[in-house]
Amino acid sequence: MSDYNFAYLDEQTKRMIRRAILKGLAIPGYQVPFASREMPMPYGWGTGGVQVTAACLTPDDTLKVIDQGADDTTNAVSIRRFFEKTAAINVTQATSDATVIQTRHRIPEEPLNEDQILVYQVPIPEPLRFLEPRETETRKMHALEEYGLMHVKLFEDISQHGQIATAYAYPVKVEGRYVMDPSPIPRFDNPKMEMAAIQLFGAGREQRIYAIPPYTQVVSLDFDDYPFEASKAEGACALCAADHTYLDEVIVDDDGGRMFVCSDTDYCESRRQAGHIGEQGTPYGKDAA
Amino acid sequence: MELSALSGGFDNAAHQSATAFRAIMNVMARPGVIETVTGAVPPKGLSVAASSLLLTLCDPETKLHLAGDLDTKTIRDWLTFHTGAPIVPAAQADFAIGAWDDLMPLTQYAIGTDQYPDRSATLIVEMPELAQSGTTLTGPGIKDSVQLSLPALEPFQLNAALFPLGCDFFFTAGDQIAALPRTTKPESTPCM
Amino acid sequence: MYVAVKGGEKAIDAAHDWLADVRRGDPAVAELSLAQIREQMSLAVDRVMSEGSLFDLDLAALAIKQSRGDLIEAIFLIRAYRTTLPRFGASHPVETDSMQCQRRISATFKDVPGGQILGPTFDYTHRLLDFKLAAEGLTPADTPTQDTPDLAAERKPHVMDFLNKDGLIETAEATNDTPPDLTREPLELPANRALRLQNLTRADEGFLLGLAYSTQRGYARNHAFVGELRIGKVAIEMDIPELGFSIEIGEMTVTECETVNQFKGSKSEPPQFTRGYGLVFGQCERKAISMALVDRALRWKELGEDFAGAPAQDEEFVLSHSDNIQATGFLEHIKLPHYVDFQSELELIRSIRTAATAALAETKIAAE
Repeated sequence: MSDYNFAYLDEQTKRMIRRAILKGLAIPGYQVPFASREMPMPYGWGTGGVQVTAACLTPDDTLKVIDQGADDTTNAVSIRRFFEKTAAINVTQATSDATVIQTRHRIPEEPLNEDQILVYQVPIPEPLRFLEPRETETRKMHALEEYGLMHVKLFEDISQHGQIATAYAYPVKVEGRYVMDPSPIPRFDNPKMEMAAIQLFGAGREQRIYAIPPYTQVVSLDFDDYPFEASKAEGACALCAADHTYLDEVIVDDDGGRMFVCSDTDYCESRRQAGHIGEQGTPYGKDAA
Repeated sequence: MELSALSGGFDNAAHQSATAFRAIMNVMARPGVIETVTGAVPPKGLSVAASSLLLTLCDPETKLHLAGDLDTKTIRDWLTFHTGAPIVPAAQADFAIGAWDDLMPLTQYAIGTDQYPDRSATLIVEMPELAQSGTTLTGPGIKDSVQLSLPALEPFQLNAALFPLGCDFFFTAGDQIAALPRTTKPESTPCM
Repeated sequence: MYVAVKGGEKAIDAAHDWLADVRRGDPAVAELSLAQIREQMSLAVDRVMSEGSLFDLDLAALAIKQSRGDLIEAIFLIRAYRTTLPRFGASHPVETDSMQCQRRISATFKDVPGGQILGPTFDYTHRLLDFKLAAEGLTPADTPTQDTPDLAAERKPHVMDFLNKDGLIETAEATNDTPPDLTREPLELPANRALRLQNLTRADEGFLLGLAYSTQRGYARNHAFVGELRIGKVAIEMDIPELGFSIEIGEMTVTECETVNQFKGSKSEPPQFTRGYGLVFGQCERKAISMALVDRALRWKELGEDFAGAPAQDEEFVLSHSDNIQATGFLEHIKLPHYVDFQSELELIRSIRTAATAALAETKIAAE
């Protein structure tokens, strides 16, 4: 079979995606419809993010791909390999070395800079979808800026549970206009979305692209008497002792004993390199298993 | 069609358009920032930046309007050969290119609809030069504020007031490019 | 000491090697050739072509082989390949009137001009396992081949046209409008009929079958008769700008089904029969009939009928969930790690439970 084009997609498809990205940046938080293509990986596995990344990559880029914060999760490996093969670009696991970062479910702990692009994989781009399943209806709600349904839902959470019962994909309002789904990142990550890097969101199956330019106002929805909280597990990383990062819970024995480790594996590793040692960690380099 | 219409495109479309797009995206994401875009060797009348942008973004699926002096046979032939974009009147355009005065009035361009604000025109304004001075810009993509030599003030303020509807703009001069999306709020810079 | 799990790359490589092994199966058994699949699994090939939206028998056979016979996986392979193909142009609409029919039946008339042709059908076979097929080494000489009649000879007018002559059935106006193309533009709702039909012809056969069946059982019942079902080859013609005229670039097998449906009439229309339409690549009879029934159910608005709240009438529901490649991808993606989301849910539920337990304890103390 003949070679594929640079970054797999044909030029016409890339132009279509690029135009959608530009309109997305011009209307922050608005979901731009685009004619998503079938990719050689399944819908729901990052096809939107992959198409956006493919349309943004230049031959000089260094790409990092994470899933759940980790570079070594199988789907992250698979996507990173796809671009190594089809775009012959450099790849890295170090957040600071990357120019383009494709992510599923996390924002890296290390603040991103102006020369970086963060591409999110999005399963359901419509923040109102689980309140109103019809696209024809939710489109009208966005057009009319009619977000009452969302506030009612959050308020019902409070009256039932005493707090807002949305732990991830916590809705945000962008630049005071569009309510947006930040993709299923934990709400711990929401405050990071006001950042120096360009944020692009790709939903392949749902055929939507949206964007947040740098330094754009991103507000997590809340109420005056129930302000938004960026929660995480209490405790510190067992490997690097960080108590300010998002932690994964790991079951360590048959009795359900558990410990916490950083979800951002690169961040954890660089802390350990810098000499931080957690309760169950060892000095860096001594566990080369 | 003259033979010259056939030359001047990208030699390596995949790589050159990728590099050009990155600059184009960067300026749209960071209004007021000036970057360099190259790759195309355009016929007389079109800048390198504007023509590289057109080659990067236009194809038979985008309708293009050539304003004023740019609507010549040479330029039409060149763009048709390299992009296949149909040339249309201003009101139907996805992209419109020309000198500022030739592009006016702004009211003739698509500004999108309430349900599809993305269905709006993108204007490429050919400028004699671009400078990081003049009008003060604030809004998404801008850390505090930034200055850019806009060709006018009020039309951009009126456009910004239409948000989330409105047109989006690129400014090109030589191989330089800057942008102003509808979210940017322009104000005259107070005298020092 | 705890060491975080690594090894995603190795695990993927090992899984791929293992997959290659099991795909091949026992090496003592001869490997399937693409020609064997193409010739002897032809209905599987047809389904893969129709839902893959690419008419190429050999590629479909390859996809079936590569996917170990998982037809949705094969359809996925074909779709992913299809998107990489350059588009040279669009053909003229196919003329199913001029089809070389290998099968043509009408359930609404006993006999029709051009005749009924039963063709190669499972209908009326007794579904008894044929153990003769299990005996290997049967040579072609042992299986009598039917002399295929000269099918090209006769043009077979559509049965529906006979009804149309008396105005008993709605007229389907031919237009020269370019239909929308959902492989190039995002699906926009509401959709016109051309776009709906395009969606349905790529749709999952099982999904359409279930929906069509539901209309028969009363969920937006529309009393369908098979006015005509025909299967055969049609010519593909295309304008070649360099030549200035159109030429036949090939032919392909399609299945077409037109249904005659009851219609009580509405405020604006007197009672007359209405139509449902199905057209799919290859011999996919069940799919074509299902498509026609669902097409008819989706037309309630333009025919001035009531929305009965049935799934098959609900355009957004049907069109958004018909594509098995979208559906299987999203369904199966829940196999991917979600531990970050799950962790945030864990924290949330712990926090809510702590608050609730404390509140309960307080009430208890107050009660005592």
